[in-house]
Amino acid sequence: MLEIKNLHASVLDIENSEILKGINLSLGKGEVHAIMGPNGSGKSTLANVLMGRPDYEVTDGEVTLEGESILELRADQRAHLGMFLAFQYPAEIPGVRPWQFLKAALDSKAESRGEDKMSVRNFSKLFDEKVEAVGINPTLVKRSLNEGFSGGEKKRNEMLQLEVLQPTLAILDETDSGLDVDALRIVAEGVNSMRSPERSFIVVTHYQRLLNYITPDVVHILVKGQIVKTGGPELALEVEKNGYKEYLDAVGANA
Amino acid sequence: MTLATSPAAVDKFSAAYESFVAESVSAPKWLKDMRQQAWDTFAELGLPTKRRGNELWKYTNLRPLAAADFEFSVGGSVTRNQIKASAPWDDVWNTLVVVDGKFNSELSNLHGTVGLNAGSLSEAISSGTGDVESQLASLAGHEEYAFTALSTAFVDDGAYIALDAGTKLEAPVQVVFVTSDAAVSRVSYPRLLVDSGDGSSIVLIETHVNLSESAQFSAPVVEMFAGDSSTIRHYRVQMENESSFHLGTTRIHQLGDTNFTSTTFAVGASIARNDIHTLLDAPGASCTLRGLYMTSGSQQQDQEISTTHAKPGCQSDQFYKGILSGKSHAVFSGKVIVMRDAQKSEASQKDLNLLLSRGVEIDAKPSLEIYADDVIAAHGATAGHVDRDTLFYLQSRGVDEEAAKAILVRGFAEEMLNEFKPQALNDFVERITDERIPVLLAESDSLGTT
Ligand SMILES: Nc1ncnc2c1ncn2[C@@H]1O[C@H](COP(=O)(O)OP(=O)(O)OP(=O)(O)O)[C@@H](O)[C@H]1O
Ligand SMILES: [Mg+2]
Repeated sequence: MLEIKNLHASVLDIENSEILKGINLSLGKGEVHAIMGPNGSGKSTLANVLMGRPDYEVTDGEVTLEGESILELRADQRAHLGMFLAFQYPAEIPGVRPWQFLKAALDSKAESRGEDKMSVRNFSKLFDEKVEAVGINPTLVKRSLNEGFSGGEKKRNEMLQLEVLQPTLAILDETDSGLDVDALRIVAEGVNSMRSPERSFIVVTHYQRLLNYITPDVVHILVKGQIVKTGGPELALEVEKNGYKEYLDAVGANA
Repeated sequence: MTLATSPAAVDKFSAAYESFVAESVSAPKWLKDMRQQAWDTFAELGLPTKRRGNELWKYTNLRPLAAADFEFSVGGSVTRNQIKASAPWDDVWNTLVVVDGKFNSELSNLHGTVGLNAGSLSEAISSGTGDVESQLASLAGHEEYAFTALSTAFVDDGAYIALDAGTKLEAPVQVVFVTSDAAVSRVSYPRLLVDSGDGSSIVLIETHVNLSESAQFSAPVVEMFAGDSSTIRHYRVQMENESSFHLGTTRIHQLGDTNFTSTTFAVGASIARNDIHTLLDAPGASCTLRGLYMTSGSQQQDQEISTTHAKPGCQSDQFYKGILSGKSHAVFSGKVIVMRDAQKSEASQKDLNLLLSRGVEIDAKPSLEIYADDVIAAHGATAGHVDRDTLFYLQSRGVDEEAAKAILVRGFAEEMLNEFKPQALNDFVERITDERIPVLLAESDSLGTT
């Protein structure tokens, strides 16, 4: 599904700002990969570079989705190919209601694929269903997108979008952070119910507790812009127990 | 250098004034005197210029107006369908239509609502209705500045609205000021006088539309008297064509426990000014002034918003939003004066602007003049661009850049659009906004994003 080869990325227009220093990752169809790593190691940068955020510049390497290079594509084009990023810090958008905005998003996806737009009535039904599924207070989604939402509400709203847009490659950047136990279960159930042989996930998290609910196929440890270890679910338990010290020391010694 | 330069552009209007006076021999003496005084003031002042020390006109370039010539003629021909196609309309509303300054009863849609006296200002003057003689031109004094002087020199007709004490109208009342279609440039002086009795309440929509495509000049003057404990919910919709000049003056006198709210939707004209002043003249008066302005091309759009707290325990709240593109220029000049006696006043001022291109100019000047010591006041103004992070957020969901920007601009306008409550009016301003956004975005550039 997704192949990342020797990916290097820097902050656009800032010299010596390399954050990703040769990432390699191969995500198969239907797989769930977890990425863990210390603060500032580049997890969100990787997620944003994959989604095409213009603030970063890819200086080397290649990323392919279903065999096609995506690095030249704009974010909206990547979304049309089925990619989705649940943001660590979702933007607040005054005056834009989630309903309106998601309808626009779905319409433009349909348009890009030459499909018919969903009728307002069908969309409303889908929307209401998903609002209930992710446990968002229905009055909230009548408000401006994320404006004045609590941290947890914003994350639920990301899940709402994920469920409505039904991407084939979903990247969740710390969607579990700041959630209460119930919300955590909702996120996990959402992901689990969407798991299918056709859909892949990259789940960035700091906590083993999410991985108790979503059992990943593969766990990667990202330290200072490099994947320093890849293993099975047991790797997350090990990190939980020992922290990142040994990896940091190892990378530090190499650097 | 000679000192005796004649005031700007007076000559252009003097022939019209003389024939106007010659034709209106039957007018009451008080009116004739008032016109003459106003004319004399105008002849002294001339059109405002940007000269030094002229704070009120410092940011507004009126040279294109001074350079043009305008014919004075009233009451051109217009159809109901033309009005319906260009202004908000609801059959349930009482609608007064004023064409080129002249009240038109056929085009108006009046229901004979109990407690409401709505019709021609000229008739109200000649029959001495209510307090017309003492009220007319008393708030918008001709001493103030050239445009009110000019309007008062030509004062003759327009709309008159009076509410009996205790009358609470359910359906809105609309006054549509229409500039009729004409190839030549003309000037008109639309007027509205509102006298709302004690304890009355009204929703009043003031709409300015222009059916011509050539440069027209409109200098509307609106005066409102809010009786004790009355409520006026006012809307002002300015839809002039893009080569016209619109210099509007609105003056409100508020008595005790009155509530005045005004929301402006300003998108038209080449040069436009919305000059509104509320006088909080008895304890418990409050005013809420809101507005959305959108400018593109080389438009100039001024909001000259001022409130005087004359008595204790009053509240004022000014909040405007602007969206600027192309090489346009907008001014927000918000002023709050709190007089020495006006203790326990509360005042707030805010102006937020979204700048879509590097060619725009915004002068946002909220200012407070406080002579009392027990006052709560806050003011602020910002000018920002389309936010890159939110843009990326929308794009990552599959919305392309153009559509994402449109969503963000619309989102910025949304809270002001929501202020327009009557359904047909809300539909109207939303439709016009949706039509304008692509025009604004077509003139935007990369600097419109940070
Ligand atoms: N746009 C940017 N401009 C400047 N520095 C940046 C930018 N984006 C990321 N960085 C820097 O790159 C490093 C990696 O940041 P990133 O957000 O990817 O870390 P992370 O692994 O997601 O951390 P956390 O666990 O705290 O979310 C940090 O040092 C961060 O300050
Ligand atoms: Mg992060």
